[in-house]
Amino acid sequence: MKSLAELEAIRNKTLGNINMRQDREEGVRIVVGMATCGIAAGARPVLNALVDEVSKRGVKNVIVSQTGCIGMCRLEPIIEVYVPGKEKVTYVKMNPEKAVRVVSEHIVNQQPVLEYTVGEAEQ
Amino acid sequence: MKELSLHILDIAGNSTAADAALVEITVTEAAAANRLTITVKDDGRGMSAEFLAKVRDPFTTTRTTRGVGLGIPLFERAAVSCGGGLDVTSAEGGGTTVTAWFEYDHIDRQPLGDMPSTLTTLISGNPRVDFVYRHSTDGGAFTLDTRQIKGILGDAPIDTPEVIQWLGGYIAEGLGTL
Repeated sequence: MKSLAELEAIRNKTLGNINMRQDREEGVRIVVGMATCGIAAGARPVLNALVDEVSKRGVKNVIVSQTGCIGMCRLEPIIEVYVPGKEKVTYVKMNPEKAVRVVSEHIVNQQPVLEYTVGEAEQ
Repeated sequence: MKELSLHILDIAGNSTAADAALVEITVTEAAAANRLTITVKDDGRGMSAEFLAKVRDPFTTTRTTRGVGLGIPLFERAAVSCGGGLDVTSAEGGGTTVTAWFEYDHIDRQPLGDMPSTLTTLISGNPRVDFVYRHSTDGGAFTLDTRQIKGILGDAPIDTPEVIQWLGGYIAEGLGTL
């Protein structure tokens, strides 16, 4: 059974790590569209997959955040990847498996997964 | 939407978009009375009487009122198709309450679905907002209050992966005992 005492242990560990998070402003941002359109199309499992994968790989300086409607509801779930100094990359029609691939290829290996991008989907 | 927890995620998203400080989500599974009731109550900025009057109509939504959109019409449709209904009360500056009820055993009633995931998504996306989740069945009740969690966490943020993961497990275990 999970106890609140466990949470205190997590707290102490987190406070020890907190300095490492100070510079996350300049890091990579992955944004998931979580409006009605995104949620209905399956954005919640995509968001969970991104958070799990980033945390599992221990990638530093990456935040996964949520936004509203990105404006192309028919292509949801949509995620946007912002790497400092690079152009934004928009991925469409995502699912958890594709999200895991984006983390490993785009975030870790810095190679955007072209086949999932909005540019490819719209051709 | 494939499950009711996704509607809850969507409707509670309206609350956070309306600058709510506290969002209270209540799920009551009264199986013996054959009724499932879901309430999302917030202390956000609320709606004017004119907007409230048309909030169920998907076609009156404008881009500036994007925070409402299709969410309420879809939720209402789900409830009505299960012999239930949806009610919205709101006052400008006085918050909004959305209540939906369903026949518990209706063949078309979607499963409640992954509530731990809906809650962790809301909490991690809105770390400054407080959420209270109350879930009761004929056999018991579970309550999560992020104000209590934040009290334990102190200066440690609630939206770190470790805390969010713990919360997901804690909620799943709590609901599992109901």
